[in-house]
Amino acid sequence: MSKNAVKKALRSFLPRTAILSQEEELRPYECDGLSAYRCLPLLVVLPETIEQVQQVLNTCHKMSVPVVARGAGTGLSGGALPLEDGVLLSLAKFSQILDVDIESCTATVQPGVRNLAISEAVAKHGLYYAPDPSSQIACSIGGNVAENAGGVHCLKYGLTVHNILKLKVVTIDGELLTIGSDALDSPGYDLLALMTGSEGMLGVIVEITVKLLPLPERAQVILAAFDDVGKAGEAVGTIIANGIIPAGLEMMDKPAIQAAESFAHAGYPTDAEAILLCEIDGVNDEVSEQIMQVRALLKQSGATEVRTARDEKERQLFWKGRKSAFPAVGRLSPDYYCMDGTIPRRKLPEVLKRINELSIEYGLSVANVFHAGDGNLHPLILYDANNEGELEKTEELGGKILELCVEVGGTITGEHGVGVEKINQMCVQFQTDELRHFHLIKECFDPSGLLNPGKAVPTLHRCAEFGAMHVHHGEVNFPELERF
Amino acid sequence: MAASDNGQLIREQVVAAFERKMKLRIMSGGTKAFYGRTTYGEPLDMRQHRGIVNYDPTELVLTVRSGTTLTEIETALDAQEQMLPFEPPHFGQQASIGGTIATGLAGPRRPYSSSVRDCVLGCQLINGKGEYLHFGGQVMKNVAGYDVSRLVTGSMGTLGVMLQFSIKVLPKPAGCITLIQKHSAEEALHMMNRIKGNPLPVDASCYHEGNLYIRLSGSIAALESAHNQLGGDLYNEGEQFWHQLREHELAFFTAAKTLWRLSVKPSTPKLALDGQQLIDWGGAQRWLASEEPEQKIRAVVAEAGGHATLFRGGDRTGEIFHPLSPALMVIHQNLKKAFDPGAICNPGAMYANL
Repeated sequence: MSKNAVKKALRSFLPRTAILSQEEELRPYECDGLSAYRCLPLLVVLPETIEQVQQVLNTCHKMSVPVVARGAGTGLSGGALPLEDGVLLSLAKFSQILDVDIESCTATVQPGVRNLAISEAVAKHGLYYAPDPSSQIACSIGGNVAENAGGVHCLKYGLTVHNILKLKVVTIDGELLTIGSDALDSPGYDLLALMTGSEGMLGVIVEITVKLLPLPERAQVILAAFDDVGKAGEAVGTIIANGIIPAGLEMMDKPAIQAAESFAHAGYPTDAEAILLCEIDGVNDEVSEQIMQVRALLKQSGATEVRTARDEKERQLFWKGRKSAFPAVGRLSPDYYCMDGTIPRRKLPEVLKRINELSIEYGLSVANVFHAGDGNLHPLILYDANNEGELEKTEELGGKILELCVEVGGTITGEHGVGVEKINQMCVQFQTDELRHFHLIKECFDPSGLLNPGKAVPTLHRCAEFGAMHVHHGEVNFPELERF
Repeated sequence: MAASDNGQLIREQVVAAFERKMKLRIMSGGTKAFYGRTTYGEPLDMRQHRGIVNYDPTELVLTVRSGTTLTEIETALDAQEQMLPFEPPHFGQQASIGGTIATGLAGPRRPYSSSVRDCVLGCQLINGKGEYLHFGGQVMKNVAGYDVSRLVTGSMGTLGVMLQFSIKVLPKPAGCITLIQKHSAEEALHMMNRIKGNPLPVDASCYHEGNLYIRLSGSIAALESAHNQLGGDLYNEGEQFWHQLREHELAFFTAAKTLWRLSVKPSTPKLALDGQQLIDWGGAQRWLASEEPEQKIRAVVAEAGGHATLFRGGDRTGEIFHPLSPALMVIHQNLKKAFDPGAICNPGAMYANL
């Protein structure tokens, strides 16, 4: 379909300013947070009303033009990477908080509202929205739902899927669906869970009702240093086995500690092999009790140093170090690549050892930050895209790390999504029949396959080709498919 | 009871049923057979597919076969001072985890902790053609592929035969007390909503016969300070009350001829319907014992933005669950066809045409 024909059709209901078509206008949309992949879309549209979104989708459906939805574009897996023959549907103008219901502790918001803006808007009522991805200043709630975003407080407060009640979704033929309800459940299948994390493959989210939680009375953080990552990993298990669910439980290895310290001056011990940050929140008396307990447990687990933040300022500083770990690592090298596997926590020492071996094998440094409470590992691979072939080498190393996560019983993505980035590793994690069911699910919503095609779920042929390159345990994956 | 893996045999039964176009009625302990629409089919007995496959208390994850009884699971968790976060009703000694997850039924803790699906991290199922499928995993955070494990939770067995689950578990609170306060329904609802917006260690609240029952859980110090803030008397029969509420053993439930479950926005005022009402889940779940016509009940609840389920009694061949919009029903039918093309798994248990 020619650009002009699509533009003309869209112009029949969209104002001129809501359609971008010149190369310089399209350029800012060529990638999301995974900037290694870039593509200029055919057109960018910026609708302002749900009716316009319905018309855009209906028009694209009729003209067989693929559509990629985009929020703030902070995603790290290329889920919002445009297609050159497709329309990029930006939800940026849907930026209103529509309603805050203090009695029921919910907020109804448009998808372009920033994650942090929700908590800021309801703070005066003593409430907040729990999921806090590290990009929360910039990322939009619509994108959070599409990717089922997490954050550092997931162990206690859950992911996006646990913190939303209702969605309004437009399907590819322009139909507006309400999924979920203002009650705690809805009749029928749990489409709310299905839609959350579906990476823009099933529908376009145009309104979200989120749950709000009361701000905890008190939050306190402990920093513990270890001379061995294995000991730090075991300390995490010990805390949990003693009946304590920390609000946040983060681990960093030596390269990450050193990078974060030189960047944020958080007071981290730079000679430690690993540090743990353990945040306890809740009712004042209980926090005091648990802080004493956790301190004792950390010492028993062999921590070389245990520090409780002296005041709110120091607590914020401890967190600042962790939250700036990515940009801090970014200063060590021209480029870095952030991975997102999840592993059963007990496998951490083994996985870190093997990541280290892979790092040596590929000649690329890796720093590790770890949501230790829920087993979500973010290895950051340092590389220089200007060196020919280094990106490819980095991607190969990243792929190996994800396959390692699957091998130890984990998953290739904990919170960033599959997007274009991990599409090959989906072939490692899932068998043919499972992938076939993913395609069947997509067909239930989008039979013509126009919403974000090529993302999240690989075709079986792609897996056959990938399997031919990666023989796993001496077995060929997808033996029933032809190789070509 | 000894663990046993009956997966292969179950799969063969499904394959045979698919080939012969024979309908299956998936069953285990039969404690929730009253729930949902009456379904006709050859019984597919899950009781021999049982046992805890893996449980590491430090990972907070339990992997278990679907025929395992809730009693066995809770005994194992108890020994480690842990629990199922959704406090499931048993409705009988033989209740299984499979039936719990298929029905998605949760107890009093649900609004303050988790729903059943919130805790389902992964599942193994056999679809309606007899294909083995494995979705999700044994880790808390996992966004690879569509969230099928949570889609099948509460699907009444209509999307396939669930073999095994990985479930998130939590430590048991250090202590637990129940407070009792005298209120009108209006005051009680107001109080329940106020509690929710404050950082209090409340994990259940229910209004019944003029009394508001509030369960607090946490450290002893936290319980004392919350009791001071909330006021009300300490209720010594709290444990028994919450048990009877969860198991529908209160006289309110045993006397009900037709029992409706109304799921509404928690701040919804007391609904104008004849019959007895019991308010649970901080206002979000209203139990109604009433002989009012179905259409009227559904209309009143829908008006309040909620939905009504004919929980017990009434015509089990009619509509049990709230009717879906036509557009949503089409998606449901498509999903049913994708997972169970021969419509052999519990056909009609949820809706007549699923």
